[in-house]
Amino acid sequence: MKKIVSLLTLALLIIACNEDIDDTTITIPEVTFNFTHHWDSTFINSTNLETETLTNANGEVITINRIRYLTSHFELTNLAGETYIFEGYKLTDLSDDATYNFTPVVNTIPSGTYNLKFVWGFNADDNTDGIYQDLNSESWNWPAMLGGGYHFLQFDGMYNVDTANPSPFNFHNGTARVSDGVFEDNFAVITFDAPITISNNTTIEIKMNIAELFKNPNTWDLNVLDTPLMPNYDAQKMMQQNILSVFSLGETTQ
Amino acid sequence: MKFWPLYSLLCVMLFNCDSKEDTPEDNYIPIPYQLEIPVLFQTKLIDPIIPLSNTLTIEGVALGKRLFFDNILSVNNTKACASCHLPQNAFTDPNQFSSGVTGIPGNRNSMPLFNLAWNFDDKYFWDGHALGLENQALEPVIDANELGNDSWEPIEAKLNNHDQYPLLFKQAFGTETITRQLVTKAIAQFERTLISGNSKFDQFSNGTVNLTTQEENGLAIFMDEERGDCFHCHGNPNNPLWTDNQFHNNGLDATFTDLGFGAVTGNPNDNGKFRSPSLRNLAYTAPYMHDGRFATLDDVINHYSTGLTNSSTIDPLMKKVNQGGVNLNPQDKADLKAFLLSLSDPSFINNPDFIQ
Ligand code: HEC
Ligand code: HEC
Repeated sequence: MKKIVSLLTLALLIIACNEDIDDTTITIPEVTFNFTHHWDSTFINSTNLETETLTNANGEVITINRIRYLTSHFELTNLAGETYIFEGYKLTDLSDDATYNFTPVVNTIPSGTYNLKFVWGFNADDNTDGIYQDLNSESWNWPAMLGGGYHFLQFDGMYNVDTANPSPFNFHNGTARVSDGVFEDNFAVITFDAPITISNNTTIEIKMNIAELFKNPNTWDLNVLDTPLMPNYDAQKMMQQNILSVFSLGETTQ
Repeated sequence: MKFWPLYSLLCVMLFNCDSKEDTPEDNYIPIPYQLEIPVLFQTKLIDPIIPLSNTLTIEGVALGKRLFFDNILSVNNTKACASCHLPQNAFTDPNQFSSGVTGIPGNRNSMPLFNLAWNFDDKYFWDGHALGLENQALEPVIDANELGNDSWEPIEAKLNNHDQYPLLFKQAFGTETITRQLVTKAIAQFERTLISGNSKFDQFSNGTVNLTTQEENGLAIFMDEERGDCFHCHGNPNNPLWTDNQFHNNGLDATFTDLGFGAVTGNPNDNGKFRSPSLRNLAYTAPYMHDGRFATLDDVINHYSTGLTNSSTIDPLMKKVNQGGVNLNPQDKADLKAFLLSLSDPSFINNPDFIQ
């Protein structure tokens, strides 16, 4: 909470600075996050999302129809251990390049060296059923019978497309149902070891390697786990493990 | 409701700009129309799309309603928008294919009209080819199979020579010169007032009524990835539009005579995709699908249960296509149907504001 306050103060400062007519303005860096998407070495965006034929770690040949995912709670922590939390969350839709960027409403931060951390999906506090109007309007909800809240990932496609019998898969991730009425949080905290130096307005590239969803530590066999996966506790937990190696830091540009 | 002050301000501003050309004593300021947004929509959904260039006024909405029901828009004064969009059918046509002035049926089923301002991508028709309701309304007037005019000019002339319309346009838009742009603006204003948010299920969401056990079971099937799995495309209790308004191929055909969305985007991956319809008001909107091929809800449920047809662009959410569908048992089918019918809103089709 304290940190949020400090971000707000910074924002106010900036506004105050901008209003200054003389040139004594100190620049306070603004941070933007830019997600890029890859299948190992193949770059993926809206133009080739549905046209690439890809092979997963288990050897199934797949095509993709849609990928949407939720990230939230972006945090930068400096060497002194001070953490700046950026409010807001981000629903990325791979069919819409305009959703790849995330500029938090308050995105200013003092110059320094930081480590980045964000939440895959929503953490327990944030994942409250039905409260986000924009996400409801995107039909991003996770069924109440599975614990409610929101999807973290919707990844739909076809596998065995190199055979006479292609089949659909629905790789959807969200709260895990242990048993009727008993649910387990299933978000993940994504951390990066590499420090980021911020001295100016900065765009931090976060690379998503989609192939990792099927790779590490669980080699995913779509022939066994294709659909339905939402009510499948083990599948949900395997996704939570695999997500940890999906993101890496790309270029930082200032 | 929140926009009220903004709208009023804008209306006043717009009017002031327009009226500079008129003599001051002719000035009539239209009264902003306060859209009655259901509380459920206010809490669950983002704001409806009302273009700043066409904010709602009492006079504009009333004029749009009159035009919607008036045969004057057709080439031979025999058909109106309402001929194919009947209020008692939630503004769609009970015929599989509607006939316009020629009597020759078209090739797509008419569409119900409600909650259009919550179609956030603002793409209309089954294939989404019209952007914005104002643009949509330009088409039926000059569609040979609908209102049958060769062009808009004769309609503009008919309206300009009418004994009442010029005054009504003056009151709504500050000018007596009637153009297609103003006609479609007025119609779009009326269409945006067609809000349906008072079904039994809405009342359940608002905590004022209970569902029957059968309806509750039906909801569970609708939301269950192992059974119906309808919610990925047709909304959920937190998205009371009961549609995603996106384009999907839900397994109707192996090959496509109507390319649908694909003909609009030019992308073969979009062939055979149509916009998901809302599941509100199904009790009044038969027949179903873009070509009205299913006469009853049972037919629709049987389609998803055992009737799916594979094709190159079928949506992977039609997960059980290799088994023909989600294979619901007779009890599940009956429950699902009961739930679907709880989304129908009798107060919508009986709303006196929407009836001529
Ligand atoms: C002859 C019958 C007919 C007449 C007359 C007619 N429509 Fe339609 N309307 C249809 C059909 C059929 C469709 C769906 C066509 C398609 O998708 O290609 C449609 C679609 C629409 C839609 C799209 C709804 C959505 O959700 O995308 C709107 C809005 C609409 N009509 C409004 C009007 C208005 C306004 C008029 C009068 C100016 C009118 N219609 C006259 C038959 C008709
Ligand atoms: C992949 C997305 C998707 C899923 C999942 C889905 N639908 Fe649909 N639904 C559509 C689309 C798209 C249409 C229109 C198709 C057309 O006309 O070509 C449609 C049409 C309908 C209609 C006809 C409505 C009308 O006004 O014509 C009904 C009823 C319906 N669906 C019910 C269901 C039910 C019940 C389920 C679950 C068993 C379901 N749908 C699952 C996409 C979907």
